[in-house]
Amino acid sequence: MSPSPEAIGVGAILFVVIAAYALFGGADFGGGIWDLLAGGAGRGAEPRELIDESITPVWEANHVWLVFVLVLLWTAFPPAFAAIMTALFVPLSLSALGIVLRGAGFAFRHTAQRLQMQQLSGAGFAAGSLITPFFLGTVIGAVATGQVPVHPAGNVLAAWTSPTAILTGLLFVAACAYISAVFLVLEARQRGRQDLVRYFSVRATVAGVVTGGLAGGALAELSSSAPYVFGRLTGVALPLVAISIAAGIAVLGMLWLRWYHAVFLRGTVAIAVATVVWGWGLAQYPYLFPTSLRLAAGSAPTASLVAEFVVAGLAVLLVAPGFALLYVLQQRRLLTAGESDADLRLAAELEPARPGPPVAAPPTGRTRLATALVLALLAIRAIREVLAPGRRR
Amino acid sequence: MGAMAHVLAVNLAVNPVPARSQMGSSLGFHIILACFGIAFAAVTMTAEWIGIRRGDAAALLLARRWSRVMAVLVAVGAVSGTVLSYEMGLLWPGLMGRFGAAIGFPFSMEGIFFFLEAIFVGVYLYGWRRLSPWAHWWSGMPIVVAGILGAMSVVAANSWMNSPAGYTLRHGRLTSVDPVSVFFNASTPYETAHMVLAAYMVTGFVVAGVYAVGLLRGRRDRYHQLGFAISFTLAGIAAPLQVLMGDIIARFIARNQPVKFAAMEYVSRTSRDVPEWLGGILYNGHVYFGANIPDFDSILVGFSPRTRVIGLDSVPPDRRPPLDTLIHLSFDLMVGIGFFLLALAAWQGWWWWFHRRLLMTPWFLVPCAVSGVGAVAAMEAGWVVAEVGRQPWIVYHVLLVSNAVTRSSGVPVTLAVILVLYAILTVVSIGVPMVMSRRWRREAPAEEDAEQVPYGPAPARASPGLFRGGRGAR
Repeated sequence: MSPSPEAIGVGAILFVVIAAYALFGGADFGGGIWDLLAGGAGRGAEPRELIDESITPVWEANHVWLVFVLVLLWTAFPPAFAAIMTALFVPLSLSALGIVLRGAGFAFRHTAQRLQMQQLSGAGFAAGSLITPFFLGTVIGAVATGQVPVHPAGNVLAAWTSPTAILTGLLFVAACAYISAVFLVLEARQRGRQDLVRYFSVRATVAGVVTGGLAGGALAELSSSAPYVFGRLTGVALPLVAISIAAGIAVLGMLWLRWYHAVFLRGTVAIAVATVVWGWGLAQYPYLFPTSLRLAAGSAPTASLVAEFVVAGLAVLLVAPGFALLYVLQQRRLLTAGESDADLRLAAELEPARPGPPVAAPPTGRTRLATALVLALLAIRAIREVLAPGRRR
Repeated sequence: MGAMAHVLAVNLAVNPVPARSQMGSSLGFHIILACFGIAFAAVTMTAEWIGIRRGDAAALLLARRWSRVMAVLVAVGAVSGTVLSYEMGLLWPGLMGRFGAAIGFPFSMEGIFFFLEAIFVGVYLYGWRRLSPWAHWWSGMPIVVAGILGAMSVVAANSWMNSPAGYTLRHGRLTSVDPVSVFFNASTPYETAHMVLAAYMVTGFVVAGVYAVGLLRGRRDRYHQLGFAISFTLAGIAAPLQVLMGDIIARFIARNQPVKFAAMEYVSRTSRDVPEWLGGILYNGHVYFGANIPDFDSILVGFSPRTRVIGLDSVPPDRRPPLDTLIHLSFDLMVGIGFFLLALAAWQGWWWWFHRRLLMTPWFLVPCAVSGVGAVAAMEAGWVVAEVGRQPWIVYHVLLVSNAVTRSSGVPVTLAVILVLYAILTVVSIGVPMVMSRRWRREAPAEEDAEQVPYGPAPARASPGLFRGGRGAR
């Protein structure tokens, strides 16, 4: 039984969304990791400020991608979703814990006034940024190695503690740090901070090399733990893997040559991430869980799959103009005519408290009388309505 | 099918109470933030409209500050909402594995609308002073619309669990789905209207409560009066509509989910001339410590004391909801607070009609100060009625909660962690706006322009780090 074209299509959408989360969410998590590694309160102040400024505009909105991944998975492939959520209850709960810690830490850091509180919330932010990608990585590792049973009876500890899964978790952490450092190089450059450009390009290079090493290790592990996926990764999906490796090396080259071209650098990182995600997707095909659950056996009825296409179309149609508008506004300068908050505040406080805004005068005696009569009549009607059948009984 | 029956039998041994508690506490937390996501934009835009229309600096300042609070609340809501979509699977794999394909569509729509809302919150924040006044006002409109449609989508998923429709089940497997019928099931219009009105009441009364406290503390300037009047008016318009809506919904539930209705109203036996119980505890089919209005429940259900109301005895004991007393008292609390808020709104409405002034007496402002807490309590009580009242079903008459709950051990641990974390998130979502408001009152006006919030632009470069004490300043 081969999978329906609808199932393949929704699967493709799913992997596009996963790639988007890996890229944008990865950059966010990586920011938290570099925040953690920035050193003491004095030394780390400047990199932290840069991380702060580049994350704040989209604070936690990137989790929407993750929500889409979950929703797509449960709508299109319900049995797989139920099995993953049951068997991998522990790492998934821990990744959710990381998301909450991150959000709370980040929110409070801006308003916390005492240094101690700031450090505590900063620790929450950093811990969350490590925990979430690591455990999501172990989940992917567990799925790719086919360790998730189709009908799990409970937690399956062995599935996500295998060497492959742990390596994948570490790989995710390193990849987040790498993506983020590259983006931060560009952010620093945009702000004209040469010292921070150097700072983050050194870190991007180190993280890139570590990521490459971990990816090689994970691939080597896969050859024994997941022969099917390994076979396809080095077979049909090899072009994608090769592009990813090439793009990763190209990024390191650009950093080495100090060719900080905003579009090329960002684009190449995006290619490196997206191709490896799609390579994994292609390597799993036609299985949801290699080699125990096939796409065809685990997909939802056709109408649900088609509905997801409509949703994806709507998302592009509705969300894209919004993003474009936001981008335009981010580039735009302040209108000189607009008052600043300070002006408004002075204007508002200079104004004496008026008894009330200029609005229509209170109704005349006749209107009042008429309104009161209508209200009284209605009330009497209502009371009689309610009580009348009671008397009849 | 044989294997399925076996799985179900094993399943029954799992205790769903920790999972239900976890879902209840995370939903109960998220729903408050969701209310602000649905309605706060409308409150803010009303202030902006007045500000632009009348050239009122105080109203514009209110709108600008509210937009920042809105951003913080939307950001925290994004976090708790993400956790909820995890929990759908972590806690209820039995539901998602069987019916994920059916309820996935409303959830997907909700995802889009939340995305749209988050983006336009960003546009709205960036747009201050970058767009002309009216263009900026219109840029906030998508937040209001997306808030309502998003509420409708996610409520549709909940409605579907009350009135499942639009699917075919064969041998326990979903064979076909009609996403449109799933979305527009029988309960959707009622639940959506009830929830959207509740969101406007919660947001309006909470904000009004904040400014009522300010007014009580003697800050009787135009800024505080406007802040109170705008939010109170929106909530006050929603209150009577909500009472009407509630009455209609109660009759719908009496038809659609009679056992839930029986638990709400303490109807032990199916009969006519059913009294309306106020308060009281149901024990062994008798109500203790309650007051009743004879025949009134029958009248409310069918406009006649002879109306037959279906009682709890219509189904075997293991198909009745647990905790009748909790359901009934929650229902009474919700209705009682609803009428209390309606009375407050009517009082101010009366005063406005005859005197065109805000009521400033403490007799009015003190109840207003607690009206926000009251509105939140009423909404939570309403969800308790809806959710506990549906037990033991997770999908009404289709799937039992005990067959949907996860078989993973460890839910008690995650429950404990969630309780601690959500306590922290509560501190964040109340604490951050409080700290912001203290700054607005105490610090120099110039510093307000440098404030940084989620989704918003970075502060002007001329004044870097003004707001970052500690680390940044050292």
